[in-house]
Amino acid sequence: MNTSHPIGAAPEYTQPLLYLDGVTVSFDGFRALNALSLMIAPQEMRAVIGPNGAGKTTMMDVITGKTRPDTGSVFFRGNTDLTQLDEAAIANLGIGRKFQKPTVFENQSVYDNVLLALKTDRRPAKILMAGESQNERDRIEEILGIVKLTARRHRLAGELSHGQKQWLEIGMLLAQEPQLLLVDEPVAGMTDAETDATAELLREINKTRTVVVVEHDMTFVRALDVKVTVLHEGSVLAEGSLDHVSSDTRVIEVYLGR
Amino acid sequence: MIAEKLGLFRSRLGWIVPLIIMGGTLLVAALNLLLPPDAALHVPGYVIALLGKYLCYALLALSLDLVWGYVGILSLGHGAFFALGGYAMGMYLMRQIGTRGVYGNPVLPDFMVFLNWQELPWYWYGFDHFAVALLMMALAPGLLAFVFGFLAFRSRVTGVYLSIITQALTYALLLAFFRNDMGFGGNNGLTDFKEILGADLQLAGTKACLLLASAALLSGFYLFCRRMTRSRFGKVLVAVRDAESRARFLGYRVESYKLVVFTFSAVMAGLAGALYVPQVGIINPGEFDPANSIEAVVWVAVGGRGTLVGPIIGAILVNFGKTIFTGVLPELWLFALGGLFVFVTLFMPKGVVGLWPSLMARLAQMRERLGYQQPQHQPEAEE
Ligand SMILES: Nc1ncnc2c1ncn2[C@@H]1O[C@H](COP(=O)(O)OP(=O)(O)O)[C@@H](O)[C@H]1O
Ligand SMILES: [Mg+2]
Repeated sequence: MNTSHPIGAAPEYTQPLLYLDGVTVSFDGFRALNALSLMIAPQEMRAVIGPNGAGKTTMMDVITGKTRPDTGSVFFRGNTDLTQLDEAAIANLGIGRKFQKPTVFENQSVYDNVLLALKTDRRPAKILMAGESQNERDRIEEILGIVKLTARRHRLAGELSHGQKQWLEIGMLLAQEPQLLLVDEPVAGMTDAETDATAELLREINKTRTVVVVEHDMTFVRALDVKVTVLHEGSVLAEGSLDHVSSDTRVIEVYLGR
Repeated sequence: MIAEKLGLFRSRLGWIVPLIIMGGTLLVAALNLLLPPDAALHVPGYVIALLGKYLCYALLALSLDLVWGYVGILSLGHGAFFALGGYAMGMYLMRQIGTRGVYGNPVLPDFMVFLNWQELPWYWYGFDHFAVALLMMALAPGLLAFVFGFLAFRSRVTGVYLSIITQALTYALLLAFFRNDMGFGGNNGLTDFKEILGADLQLAGTKACLLLASAALLSGFYLFCRRMTRSRFGKVLVAVRDAESRARFLGYRVESYKLVVFTFSAVMAGLAGALYVPQVGIINPGEFDPANSIEAVVWVAVGGRGTLVGPIIGAILVNFGKTIFTGVLPELWLFALGGLFVFVTLFMPKGVVGLWPSLMARLAQMRERLGYQQPQHQPEAEE
């Protein structure tokens, strides 16, 4: 099952890449995250599911520095506490994020979108002097190939279909060369064929990077075939294989009771 | 195909704009200086001063377009940077008057003598040197923009709130500069200038040189801005404008980018103000009027936001209109300006410059219709 781990590695004993420790976030007294604890191992792919409002997006907001938790910490690679950093610093540490609603730079070409995401020194003075190296051009073409947008490289990103925008955003994530990818509902609004292709793409990405995917679509989660965490009212309700969690009576209650 | 044509048009435009500006002003200056006053083609002196003023406004519009059109910061206080640059130039020009003032004091400007001041305030030191004054024309607006931007962008003030505090900034400066004890001439401001860099400001040659200097500065900044906005840096700016949080999550420190561009833009506005003052002959607190900054926004909107060339055209067109209009119906000007803004926002969201591509597209359509009379021809074969 754990195809993503090198043979012989025992993920239980390695230090987690990401460790959420008792994270609580309240909005006007309402607890979107409630003492949430979660561990993601290096090279793992994890699917996070849960009903609407369970706190999945809020969890990503906390990891990426958009939302500061009331209590709790988020450790990356052991000892870096992400709750002390801002979005840019966290991104530059190697954490990439795909939003729930596809967010690309609509007024710029598909090519430029990937260029903007390429891993470089992001300080204004450096960017001001930076051109485009041949290496970078090759890398952009490579990524455009992976997300099947080569033919549309000169189109404005705003002209892409919904599914293509999702893929462009995944391509931008790749260009960032992050160690950890957070992917929020990547197949929302996709056709079945696109959904399958996206699962395939994420599995491919997972060969070299750690991935956390939030998704509603059960066929998609099944296709990913990875460990699943069920979130409910801001904390973990169940964890394990998809078959394991979907036979859990509390999980059934949460999903059917709505 | 149409897009290709537009691309070609755009890339050529880069050189056309400075060529028109420089060629046009050179021609006008020559017609003013070389022809006798009674010649049919002679350009009178007041036209030179008027054109120079328009070009300074155009530079202000260009600076505003850089922050509003490319980074999405709608500054309603850019007039403040323009005025600060103007005051720095004004201080230099005041010190050049020397003993030719009404009171004949070799050091103190007339208004200080009038206020019974005994010595020059420390912040006037050095302004008798052009180099120092030049430094201050850039430094005063630049520093203010830097401090203001540092505080505002770091606390992530955006949109309407940011616009309102920029308005407050220029209003606060308006009130401050009205006070006599500020040492900038109070209500009357700085005026009665005699010479700049040793050249008599009343001479036609000096005026023509100032006009050409304005044209050169505008052209230079236009080319620079054009390069910058098309570079990788410029792409980051547009990214910040269109999807600020996406840019953040990609690892760009958005506030740094905003700060760099806002400060640079303020310096541009300051230099525009500096060249404006010797050409109109006065700088007073009225230049800090919030309405001035709003007017500059209208120029940019009319010309076409985010196009660089549009705001230049917009500034010149609107001010030309203003010159005509205020000659006939001065009390209605503000209504006309407001009406123009509403009209442009509703019907010409891309401004005057935006009309061009749609005109070209329609022309191409028409040509296609005329050219392809054969019924077999499929227009889909375009891609
Ligand atoms: N900025 C916010 N202000 C107030 N409430 C919020 C905010 N963001 C999220 N919430 C609330 O927190 C809860 C969890 O939201 P979210 O994390 O988006 O859920 P999910 O992604 O699992 O559907 C929801 O009830 C939502 O309304
Ligand atoms: Mg969500």
